[in-house]
Amino acid sequence: MMLDFSVKMKTESISLFYDKTEALKKISLAIPAHQITAIIGPSGCGKSSFLRLFNRMNDLIWKARVTGQVYLDAVPLYDPKIDVVELRKRVGMVFQKPNPFPMSIFENIAFGPRVHGCHDKAKLDEIVERCCLRAALWDEVKDKLRDSAFALSGGQQQRLCIARVLAVDPEVILLDEPCSALDPASTMRIEELMQQLKSQYTIIIVTHNMQQAGRASDYTAFMLMGDLIEFSSTKEVFTSPKDKRTEDYITGRWG
Amino acid sequence: MRRASGTENQKKREGRLAGKTVVENSFFGIHPLLASPKKFSKENLIRWIITATGWITVIILTLIMLLLFTEGLPIFSTTNPFSFIFTTDWYPVSDPPVFGILSFIVGSLMVTLTALVIAVPIGVAASAFLAEIATPTLREIIKPIIELLAGLPSIVLGFIGFLLLAPVVQNAFHLSTGLNGLTAGIMLAFICLPTIVSISEDSLSAVPKEYKEAAYALGATKWQTIRRVLIPAARSGIMASVMLGVGRAIGETMVVLMVAGGRLALPNFITDPLSAMTGRIAIEINNAVFGGLQYQALFAMGIVLFLMTLAVNIIADLVLEKQRRRYA
Repeated sequence: MMLDFSVKMKTESISLFYDKTEALKKISLAIPAHQITAIIGPSGCGKSSFLRLFNRMNDLIWKARVTGQVYLDAVPLYDPKIDVVELRKRVGMVFQKPNPFPMSIFENIAFGPRVHGCHDKAKLDEIVERCCLRAALWDEVKDKLRDSAFALSGGQQQRLCIARVLAVDPEVILLDEPCSALDPASTMRIEELMQQLKSQYTIIIVTHNMQQAGRASDYTAFMLMGDLIEFSSTKEVFTSPKDKRTEDYITGRWG
Repeated sequence: MRRASGTENQKKREGRLAGKTVVENSFFGIHPLLASPKKFSKENLIRWIITATGWITVIILTLIMLLLFTEGLPIFSTTNPFSFIFTTDWYPVSDPPVFGILSFIVGSLMVTLTALVIAVPIGVAASAFLAEIATPTLREIIKPIIELLAGLPSIVLGFIGFLLLAPVVQNAFHLSTGLNGLTAGIMLAFICLPTIVSISEDSLSAVPKEYKEAAYALGATKWQTIRRVLIPAARSGIMASVMLGVGRAIGETMVVLMVAGGRLALPNFITDPLSAMTGRIAIEINNAVFGGLQYQALFAMGIVLFLMTLAVNIIADLVLEKQRRRYA
């Protein structure tokens, strides 16, 4: 497969085991820098597990084991010397269900900078404002930064979660089905937001919504039962898929 | 017991109780849903039993309070309530007797506070360890053991304090006796630790895993996640566990009786021998003349104890309610 892009992250025959079951089978994939890469596939194909390899969130799962390697630029992430905290600062993640902390809007966004040692009030104010602006949330929250984050709507909460990730200034943003709990209008706003963000960040999004992958991503990877079946530019995957199974899936013959 | 009859009003009422809207059907008189009197009366019986047990609990508790107050309040016809609570002279069998319980109130507060200062940090840290750091296997082993400790008879802890801890405390602080407030406070900490650990762990484990994942994904360390996300989110459960611990500590009798030293004077330091209210009541109630002044004074001391625990509970409730309202 010949694709011409600069690589930001890369997996090399990475496998993931839950206890004895092999959830991901020797996947090798390169993620283009400053592009949006979508990972699609039917439920249970391992796409969320795969995404969680990029910031080592699978470490939190009891009895999960990984073989192979993931690289961020040239740094091997599954090297024993790697500082996972530092890695997660560089590779941020937004989850399926909006998950703000039970704190105020301000505290939510300031959480990341605070745990990384920034306690200067003026600096935090500046970060909160900048990240809210960038996450297209500022106008809606600027007068109620001290209110509980739970007072926001689902779509606003998800954008708050994006702002919270931006506040730690990552290089890569992982989105794990970020719109599955949102209505179409909020979904559109998140997709617009992704387009605005991609000039500064590399974005990887897991989605089971094919239309979303088709309209919002530059590259698409199709996964099936723990295997990577096809990876190419989104246009190519959706118009002339190489693999029969990809074609069946995206034309909605099953899945 | 109410049975399904044909009257309109009763039908409506029963419909409401069953949580269903009764479709009016006056032609047949009885709605099909209520047509089986046998099943209905069984339902009714169960509801009766449950209601009755609820009321019996309330009534018994009220009677206990009533007893406490009828036996204790008469002391205030001979002793001024102010001097009862705020003076330290306790001569229950002199003529005339003098009743001032300040020493025992201070004693109770001192040992309870000592217990909390020791048990809360250790208990919360242990629960955070169990909830977040220990492997699932380790947790399955340790947690039941800690809960088992809660069932340890307090007299056994009293023995341990008497034989093992008292000499250590005595030597460490160069005291004339190891039986003092500090020893009692440490032993009380052991008594409330299992409660604090067990309930705090439950509430820490109940924090949605989404919060935890969000914190880790933002690059927070384990310690930062526990301290800034998990503990604040589990605050109400942790508070509840501490309050239950306070309840146990303040009401505990045997341990303080055995190791607190039993001195009647107002304690100046925690390392002084002292008496707590519970221990004082337990010692003297056997010698007190039934219905006499000493007897009344001991019951009045019980009232003070009761009001103190009540105050602790009310304050805890208010604090929790305030927090609930903030992030509802």
